[in-house]
Amino acid sequence: MKDRRSEWLDGVKQGIPIACGYFFVSFTFGILGASLGFRWWESVLISMTNLTSAGQVAGVRTISAGGSIAELALSQLIINLRYSLMGISLSQNTDDDFVGAKRAVLGFGITDEIYAVAVNRPKPVSSWFFLGLMFLPYFGWTLGTLAGALFGGVLPSSVTDVMTLAIYGMFIAIVLPKTKLEKGVRVVALLAAAVSCLLYFTPVLSRIPVGFAIIICAVVAALAGAWFLPVPEIGGDGDA
Amino acid sequence: MHDFFVYAVVMMAVAYLVRAVPFTLFRRKVKNRFVRSFLYYIPYAVLTAMTVPAAWYATSSLAVSTCGLGVAAILAYRGRGLVTVSLAACAGAFVMMLLLRLAG
Repeated sequence: MKDRRSEWLDGVKQGIPIACGYFFVSFTFGILGASLGFRWWESVLISMTNLTSAGQVAGVRTISAGGSIAELALSQLIINLRYSLMGISLSQNTDDDFVGAKRAVLGFGITDEIYAVAVNRPKPVSSWFFLGLMFLPYFGWTLGTLAGALFGGVLPSSVTDVMTLAIYGMFIAIVLPKTKLEKGVRVVALLAAAVSCLLYFTPVLSRIPVGFAIIICAVVAALAGAWFLPVPEIGGDGDA
Repeated sequence: MHDFFVYAVVMMAVAYLVRAVPFTLFRRKVKNRFVRSFLYYIPYAVLTAMTVPAAWYATSSLAVSTCGLGVAAILAYRGRGLVTVSLAACAGAFVMMLLLRLAG
């Protein structure tokens, strides 16, 4: 069908910049994994089955620190919880055919960036568009991890040292523009930073495993934000 | 420390279910304002908590990290894209590293 083809191609096209960014960021994930003692195929397997920057970084840290399964599962749940909201939000902007099994399969491709592009699409999101959209970023993410895990070691340490900041640059690029626009996000981010520093620098509290520390920060800050600065009531078709 | 595959399966299962289940089941908006607000703020809280203060210790020197993160923050605040901000963080840090070597 001509329609499917054009939808798929439209998605692929819009996925190109995401794929480039993912290659670069996952390259540093590959380096991180190698530096924590993961074999190259272990890092690649994690990237292929998770497709999430923040969760993977916290995950390999928790694993290499010998964390418990409960800590890993709970921290992954909290860190990746935002995808639940994105899935719910995105479900408002899909076409009538993009339901059931298609959602169950393609839902795997919801990431911060893929969601952002899909939800801002003026037309309803079809399953073919979404499949096209996640196509190149998935390979970018996988191949970047592979390259980082295999070749990160041959780069000068000065280069790999500064490249570890790439992933944080991505986080900053997502959060900071929002803090400028919304008081709620500004307050939540400041609170999360404050609690995080408290846990990090206080002698006894710094023994809390990193996965749990992130949970505590995120839940405290998001609860406070939801309580004191709730988002506006639903009106019209605005995003969530 | 458990077997790698146990960890890997747990990570995969959580990452998949947390996305696919709500996306598959929900066809209407969440009505509860508190829950909606909590879910809305979670990504920003998580990403900030992962960045502060850990990002400052990601490189071998606080000055190098600070320079890279500062450059990234300025560009992000001006609304530049993901790739630009990420590259700028590395470039800013690299420049500081070179400066420190020249000075030292």
